[in-house]
Amino acid sequence: MRHLLSIADLSYVDALSILDTAQEMARVSDAPVKKLPTLRGRTIVNLFLEDSTRTRISFEAAAKRLSADVINFSAKGSSVSKGESLKDTAQTLQAMGADAVIIRHPASGAAQWLADSAWMSGSVINAGDGTHEHPTQALLDAFTIRKHLSANSGDLRGLSVAIVGDILHSRVARSNVLLLSMLGAQVIIVAPPTLLPVGVESWPAQVSYDFDSVLPLVDAVMMLRVQQERMSDYFFPTPREYSHYFGLNRDRLGFMKKTAIVMHPGPMNRGLEITAECADSARSVIVEQVTNGVSVRMAVLYLLLAGSPTSPGVAI
Amino acid sequence: MSIAMSAVDISRALTRISHEILERNNGCESIVLLGIPTRGAHLAQRIGANIATIEGREIPVGTLDITLHRDDLRMRPPRALMSTMIPVDGIQGRDLILIDDVLFSGRTIRAALDALGEIGRPRSVQLAVLVDRGHRELPIRADYVGKNLPTSRQQSVKVHVTEIDGVDEVLIESQGDL
Repeated sequence: MRHLLSIADLSYVDALSILDTAQEMARVSDAPVKKLPTLRGRTIVNLFLEDSTRTRISFEAAAKRLSADVINFSAKGSSVSKGESLKDTAQTLQAMGADAVIIRHPASGAAQWLADSAWMSGSVINAGDGTHEHPTQALLDAFTIRKHLSANSGDLRGLSVAIVGDILHSRVARSNVLLLSMLGAQVIIVAPPTLLPVGVESWPAQVSYDFDSVLPLVDAVMMLRVQQERMSDYFFPTPREYSHYFGLNRDRLGFMKKTAIVMHPGPMNRGLEITAECADSARSVIVEQVTNGVSVRMAVLYLLLAGSPTSPGVAI
Repeated sequence: MSIAMSAVDISRALTRISHEILERNNGCESIVLLGIPTRGAHLAQRIGANIATIEGREIPVGTLDITLHRDDLRMRPPRALMSTMIPVDGIQGRDLILIDDVLFSGRTIRAALDALGEIGRPRSVQLAVLVDRGHRELPIRADYVGKNLPTSRQQSVKVHVTEIDGVDEVLIESQGDL
């Protein structure tokens, strides 16, 4: 595989191979010298046409640990704000010799479009496209769940995970439902009906409107950010009412299994979908998710870029 | 295809190497063994067990994957990574013995020396191999050799170990043997 565009494109074997590779990459992050020569001389462009903190820095850290050269490109302060098209931007990057482009774009399908075009010959990695997918986020979430809850570091069979909140606007939810269910976990989506997308019945997940009844059943609770910037309509009466029914607070933490973990892809709206107390509790692995993100992205960059450009990869 | 070493030959060679390591390092106080996956890792375990029997104490044994340091990564599809397990006390200031199954071009060992640079600074690095088949492409030699096996470049040397292959043996395959 040359590109990583969506979880839907990955097979079970591909997904496990990325997680296993990430596990080895994690050791590098613990070593005194956090640097590998593996991607020396490769140029990776971070093409972020939508705001991001952790995904962009995480990819940058991952690429730098593998000795690749990183060029950061954001919409603000570039010719995109003068109206330059994605095509012209891509051709410019191609002319500069980019071996891979990591793209975040507000339009769903932008990464696929770039990969299918003849504008660039390098690999394309989707770092979030509209409300479609965010594959590396799902991979790092699966990696975190596996590390905490799965003894044999195989897949996630026997575990169940609740994904709670703004499913409608969430590419993280979409990628996670596909990946976690592919790895054998049972996924339960919890949200008000207004924040569920059309066709959610066909997803490989159960749907519940009652957070409290789901809490004692699951091994991990993944809270999603309420994406106010994408909300053009009224989806719930007041933020307070939302917190009351779907926010994670101290009482709800008490209903969870003793071993269960609390996750959030970030950035958090503290006080809306999760209280500060829960976010900072001992059950929370939110900060560790960021650390694992670097390992998982190193694994993806390694598997896509380290091999020969002419012979197709075996691993992914 | 011919058998170059049988199970008994391998066992004797590993026993001799274990004694040579102890002799050269004046005992096992300072030594750490690192096997290069996959088969080198199993050989390291066995040499470690031999030394523990001889000296009556356990010594640190680990593994070192060198894939990310290979100089031929771009010539083939991406390879899966193997496990790297550095013993808890690390390698700083120790006499480190790298262990691999076959010494050929020397490129694996060059990669291993680079990989060590990220982990620490051993006092010395020594190399033990089960088979040295010649044809070096780099100025690298082994300190402990199970068997020198003169081969042509057209031949391939296969080491089998019980843990993976169900049998201990070293085979030489010539092209056209298949």
